[in-house]
Amino acid sequence: MKLIFEKSQSGRRASSLPHHDLPVPEIPEELRRSQPPRLPEVAEPELVRHLTALADRTFGIDTGFYPLGSCTMKHNPRVNERVVNLPGFRDLHPHQEVEGSQGALELMWRLQEILGEVAGLDAVSLQPAAGSQGELTGLMLMRAYFAERGEERDTVMTADTAHGTNPASVTMSGYKLQKVGTDDRGNLDLDDLRSKVTERTAGLMLTNPSTLGLFDEHIEEVARIFHDAGALLYYDGANLNAVCGISRPGDMGFDIVHYNLHKTFSQPHGGGGPGGGPVAVRSELEPFLPVPAVVRRADGFDLDFDRPLSIGKVRGFTGPFGVFVRAYAFIRAYGPALKEMSEVAVLNANYLLARLRTAYELPFDRLPMHEFVLSARALKREHGVTALDVAKRLMDYGFHPPTIYFPLIVPEALMIEPTETEAKETLDAFVEAMLAIAREAEVTPALLKEAPHSRPVRRLDEVKAAKRAVVKFGFDEHPDLSLEPSEPRALEAQKGA
Amino acid sequence: MSHLSLTERDRSEMLAAIGVDSIEELFVDIPERLRLRRPLALEPALSEPELVRHLEELAGRNVHTGRELSFLGAGMYDHYVPAVVDALLARGEFLTAYTPYQPEMSQGVLQAIFEYQTVICELTGMDVTNASGYDGTTVAADACYLAKGTTGRSKVVVTEATSPQVRQVVKTYAPGFGLEVIEVPHRDGVTDPEELRSAAEGAACVVFQHPNFFGCLEPAPELAAAANDAGALPVAHVDPLSLGVLEAPGAYGCALAIGEGQGAGNPLSYGGPHYGFLAAKTEYTRRMPGRIIGETTDVDGRRGYVLTLQTREQHIRREKATSNITTNQTLLALAGLTYLSWLGPDGLREVGETCMALAEYAKERLDLPLAFPQQATFKEFAVAVGRPAKEVIRAARAQGVHPGYALGRDYAELDDALLVAVTEKRTPEDIDRLAEVLGP
Repeated sequence: MKLIFEKSQSGRRASSLPHHDLPVPEIPEELRRSQPPRLPEVAEPELVRHLTALADRTFGIDTGFYPLGSCTMKHNPRVNERVVNLPGFRDLHPHQEVEGSQGALELMWRLQEILGEVAGLDAVSLQPAAGSQGELTGLMLMRAYFAERGEERDTVMTADTAHGTNPASVTMSGYKLQKVGTDDRGNLDLDDLRSKVTERTAGLMLTNPSTLGLFDEHIEEVARIFHDAGALLYYDGANLNAVCGISRPGDMGFDIVHYNLHKTFSQPHGGGGPGGGPVAVRSELEPFLPVPAVVRRADGFDLDFDRPLSIGKVRGFTGPFGVFVRAYAFIRAYGPALKEMSEVAVLNANYLLARLRTAYELPFDRLPMHEFVLSARALKREHGVTALDVAKRLMDYGFHPPTIYFPLIVPEALMIEPTETEAKETLDAFVEAMLAIAREAEVTPALLKEAPHSRPVRRLDEVKAAKRAVVKFGFDEHPDLSLEPSEPRALEAQKGA
Repeated sequence: MSHLSLTERDRSEMLAAIGVDSIEELFVDIPERLRLRRPLALEPALSEPELVRHLEELAGRNVHTGRELSFLGAGMYDHYVPAVVDALLARGEFLTAYTPYQPEMSQGVLQAIFEYQTVICELTGMDVTNASGYDGTTVAADACYLAKGTTGRSKVVVTEATSPQVRQVVKTYAPGFGLEVIEVPHRDGVTDPEELRSAAEGAACVVFQHPNFFGCLEPAPELAAAANDAGALPVAHVDPLSLGVLEAPGAYGCALAIGEGQGAGNPLSYGGPHYGFLAAKTEYTRRMPGRIIGETTDVDGRRGYVLTLQTREQHIRREKATSNITTNQTLLALAGLTYLSWLGPDGLREVGETCMALAEYAKERLDLPLAFPQQATFKEFAVAVGRPAKEVIRAARAQGVHPGYALGRDYAELDDALLVAVTEKRTPEDIDRLAEVLGP
């Protein structure tokens, strides 16, 4: 398919703009644009067809089942798109005076209250723009908290099953990283933990249920170890979809939580974003939350900038407001039945596992929560078929593949998260496809090695992409990479969070 | 619940297949003491019509730009968002896809991001950009982190005429990044290159906004040269809508160009979600934060697109990653691509010229002294109103006009300064009305 730039013709345009007979002031020559940017020159019909063709070559949750583990790809209710486009939200300037933005402030205040109740914690800031920024914010809160107490702590621990964001956030926040192992039931290794926690430990970052989809059976003991050492517990909310209304991170002993509004609370993921990563904390940490705080006063809602101990601002204004509108609408549609959301998510995962465990290896044999991790290790050993091959072949059956090669401690991992919104027929069809693929691995492994067969492109040469680093269209000098030899080489770890 | 598809019969069949009698049994691994044995204290569920009514009621208590003639800017701008952006956002494939980890499933969104990257590089005169940052503030912190990694220096210089929120975010990130932040004051609304030159000694980078927070055109090439002379990376924080008329930062020696994309294709939405962009010269490619899309071919030689240079990223490099960013702002960036494709090069220049012409008309009509009379401006300018600007805003709003932003909120010495933003959506008649409201 052509790039929009290859469809461009000088003299075409899609825009019409107002004109006034007013003089345009002269720009000093050294500041004036010398060469116009080569933006596309297309009329509206071509532009719309181009976007449509691109959409046709993209698979979303609207297209089909998307069991990408740890990403919580649930249905995104359409009413949320309607309400976020109400002019009172869409066209509201963030510098509007508080008297002129009472509805927005009330919505944010209500969402804070709801999120605090779901997490079992005291205070919420909606400001962080994504889960990874929530992590960074949480670590900044730790730093500020210990600085205020005059304690020097320089190390943060993460699990070896953690999302890559956890260790990356630790480094970015200036802490030293220490990793904790996993025991043979998929829990944190308590002995390893005990041997590493010291008076220099600032805290632990943990996902619970873990990225293995397993609830840590010793979480109370874990919390005790850290709290006894004066350290804090950070809850990575990536897997919160498993436990809403069932068990609360605050009750488990966590001091800081981030939520992924784009996972648990249905903000559509948009091909990579936007998201929302609010943080909740115990009252001792509230003074350090970002400014401004959204507060309720006797005469209405307000923005409070007067927080002398605050870490500052992590993003512009009060956060990604449109994401808040969708998350708030989503939760209000459930009410206390939010618990049923998590129950069904867990039921769906357990059902898939029950039907798949005969054909794929299960490294940790426990009842999973909202997701579970299988291994294609046996298929690889016996038939030379990898998790990547299974993933690519699933595309031919019309499904988005699960997350693969993550968590890192499981070889040939297939991490499957169905979410609560799928029908049983869909789950059954997915099971049939997975079972068929396991049979194909035995009989016709080449079919898998060469998959996918039904997509606009076959396997792509990722090594060539990284080596050549063609990251924009080069117009007249654009290279023709098809003239260079290519192999279907993929980087193994295809995982984020 | 209408989002759930399982019938009672489905549930019992599924429980039987699992080999348990109830859903409750699936949660056996959660210790009893940690179970919430009461319903969540949330208000009762709302049906869809009730939900819409409730949110309409909340939205109705906000004074949006359709209810008030607005000259508010200060970082977020009421530019026109064309209907063709709706065509993009209406496609569920873009709306509901995850990050394109599996390229064969995601060629459309990958190609679209590649086109977005091209457009941003064209605007800024840079060689590489990522698939977006969170907003115009966090990309500044990203730029500082990149500069520290490149130069090994920990001091960063930010001009005081750079958006206060951008400066605040850089300062919030600074302790974790190990940065020392130095601010260079403005002189009559702009930055003095000589003052910047001495501040830039030993610095990793110099971040300056152009046009700056006051709307004034900075001596941008001189500022970039001052930074380069000191071996500090010049980082220009630019308004994409200015880049049809103002020179590309890459053409006057900047190492990086960053900015807020809201005005290019996204509504105000009370401050987000929008997108930030961070573009750089080639030599900084492997230190870039975030997703980058690259071109390649498939096994048959067909052109295709993939996430590339992933060895910079958290999911591969973990604690050694160049950033922890994962979720970004792709959909909003694609709204930006759509908007800039709608404009084309002529449209972009016209928008810039129209804003400038209207802003000049406003300066003349307002009959108020300019706060920085010596300076050329783009779409925004500051006037001295002779009393606290907050009072003027209150009085004007009572007449249905929001006249602008009170600079005293961030600059104590500018308490009487009102920052007025004029986009192409305002008309000369709108400006006449503003003049009437602000008049004696």
